[in-house]
Amino acid sequence: MSDASTTPLTIVVLVKHVPDVQFDRHIDQESLRLDRSESVLSELDEYAVEAALALVEDNGGFAAGHQVIAATMGAGSSVNSVKKALQMGASSGLHLNDAALAGSDAVATSKALAALVRHVPNVDLVVTGMASTDAETSVVPAQLAELLGFAQLTHAASVAFDASARELTVDREHLNQRVTLKAGLPAVLSVTDQANDPRYPNFKGIMAAKKKSIEEVDLAGIGLAAQEVGAEGSTTSVLAAEQRPARPAGTIIHDSGDAGIALVDFLAAQKLI
Amino acid sequence: MSSALVFFTDLSAAPGKAQRELLTLASRFGTAVVAAATEISAEAREAIAGYGIGTALQAANPGRGFGEHELAVLDAALQHTDADLVLLGNDSFSRELGARIAVRRNAAIVTDVIDVSAELIATKDELAGSYTASAKSTTGVLIAAVKPNSIEDAPAGSAGTVQVTDLVLGDAAAPKVSIVAVEEKVASERPSLSEARVVVAGGRGVDGDFGPLEDLADALGAAIGASRAATDAGWISHDAQVGQTGVTVSPQLYISAGISGAIQQKAGMQTSKYIIAVNKDVDAPVFDIADLGIVGDLAKVLPQAAAEIRRRRA
Ligand SMILES: Cc1cc2nc3c(=O)[nH]c(=O)nc-3n(C[C@H](O)[C@H](O)[C@H](O)COP(=O)(O)OP(=O)(O)OC[C@H]3O[C@@H](n4cnc5c(N)ncnc54)[C@H](O)[C@@H]3O)c2cc1C
Repeated sequence: MSDASTTPLTIVVLVKHVPDVQFDRHIDQESLRLDRSESVLSELDEYAVEAALALVEDNGGFAAGHQVIAATMGAGSSVNSVKKALQMGASSGLHLNDAALAGSDAVATSKALAALVRHVPNVDLVVTGMASTDAETSVVPAQLAELLGFAQLTHAASVAFDASARELTVDREHLNQRVTLKAGLPAVLSVTDQANDPRYPNFKGIMAAKKKSIEEVDLAGIGLAAQEVGAEGSTTSVLAAEQRPARPAGTIIHDSGDAGIALVDFLAAQKLI
Repeated sequence: MSSALVFFTDLSAAPGKAQRELLTLASRFGTAVVAAATEISAEAREAIAGYGIGTALQAANPGRGFGEHELAVLDAALQHTDADLVLLGNDSFSRELGARIAVRRNAAIVTDVIDVSAELIATKDELAGSYTASAKSTTGVLIAAVKPNSIEDAPAGSAGTVQVTDLVLGDAAAPKVSIVAVEEKVASERPSLSEARVVVAGGRGVDGDFGPLEDLADALGAAIGASRAATDAGWISHDAQVGQTGVTVSPQLYISAGISGAIQQKAGMQTSKYIIAVNKDVDAPVFDIADLGIVGDLAKVLPQAAAEIRRRRA
């Protein structure tokens, strides 16, 4: 193995604790904020954790000195998403916990996460999922690249790392093209669900995670003032959020040989043909 | 009166449907300016004029790096126009450009927008379309990524000629991200999935053969969609995937065939106006959101429907 390939990498994986998509999700009508009970690690962030772990394993493993720090922001229970990442194999955790974070929009979230990344010395790579399953904006990775001055490699459907050149190469679906992009470190990488198959934590991983450290910091600890985040630090203000009326119950028919005709009758009745 | 800036990463001679919808939305505001990260052809200028928009900004793409030119153009256009509303596409590339400018220029970024009022209040889909929310900018600048099929395309009359100005971009730093290879996708005769009025989508139940779906899509002038199970199986390109990690669609009609209706699939199609589901299993969750549910074999139902459409048209 060459010297370059053993230069340890410091990787921060951003994980988000989100309401489980398998259940009904609700926006509180008073605060206009999402009800965050029943939350789990965002399933799209599992691909980010996997990408970071695979990168380490393909380049000498943790024995080579690489670090994968699973980081999150949010109230107390958000740390569970960090714990899940540690069970999958991340080396340590970082939790930004401060009451003033509540109500942060994408811009405020990105400011907080950029400061959290800067809190970690010499970060080479920030890895995220392609979107959060709650806000679904997909904008935070690009904003982090902007704020940190890192290269932006987002929506990666495949990831390759050249250790000697310290360069990442990714494939991305781009409008009517599939493009292959390359950038040196430091970089922000976001991966899609095409990039890999996330591992499940095994018994050994679950036991090992109990001994891993999770650093908790507050805003002051990463050099941010309360008004830079939360509702005050946000550039959007939500005015209302209404549940869409449930779709009216439809008609169910059992095909007895002419359901294709019934389908066309429906189209004609709704003036769709 | 508010001023709107419509930003296009690319603009062909015939602007696409989603682009025309953005032009329609922009034309509702006091002043509207178009900016494109490419040269605007005479045909495209004529199309822009058709919306009563008389000013455009352009900057030819020198083809250096990935996304850096488009970002520089959007930034320069916003400074040049001092617009308080920026309208762009809801595709991941445009969103990310808007997102970066939002942090750079202290603006608001709102995605999945379905409308913007005269008071610059954006209406948007939330939680995969199960909620509708409204939001505004607290800084005076709103960047809105607008979902296709949300605005009715309506050219509002001609502005005569369009005044086109070349944007002056600062010296570009060395690009951070370089393009190593580009693979053009095979152009399809069908409407684009995100913009289509009708989508015919197939899942694992298609069992490798999209033929019956293609046939029905031909009869309806529809785009073809798929579940992740179908794209993962390699039966159809990943571009066809509808859902949480694929394309979000909001067509007039979505025909779902051989798709169970997992939450991640529903996330991409449940705001469709009409949903027809064809599935062998009466307990498939997709029937919960279907206006017409057909319990049956798609290999029988779809060809019969396609033939019946052709018969009625003949
Ligand atoms: C992180 C993540 C992201 C995901 N993103 C997406 C996404 O974007 N889009 C998406 O679709 N999925 C997505 N999924 C996958 C999703 O969870 C489901 O696994 C997937 O949608 C199932 O596809 P399906 O309905 O085609 O297959 P199945 O669930 O296997 O359903 C097949 C259906 O076909 C029916 N059938 C079989 N034969 C016939 C026949 N001859 N005629 C009629 N009906 C028949 C069966 O009754 C069954 O209901 C995601 C999953 C994860 C974890």
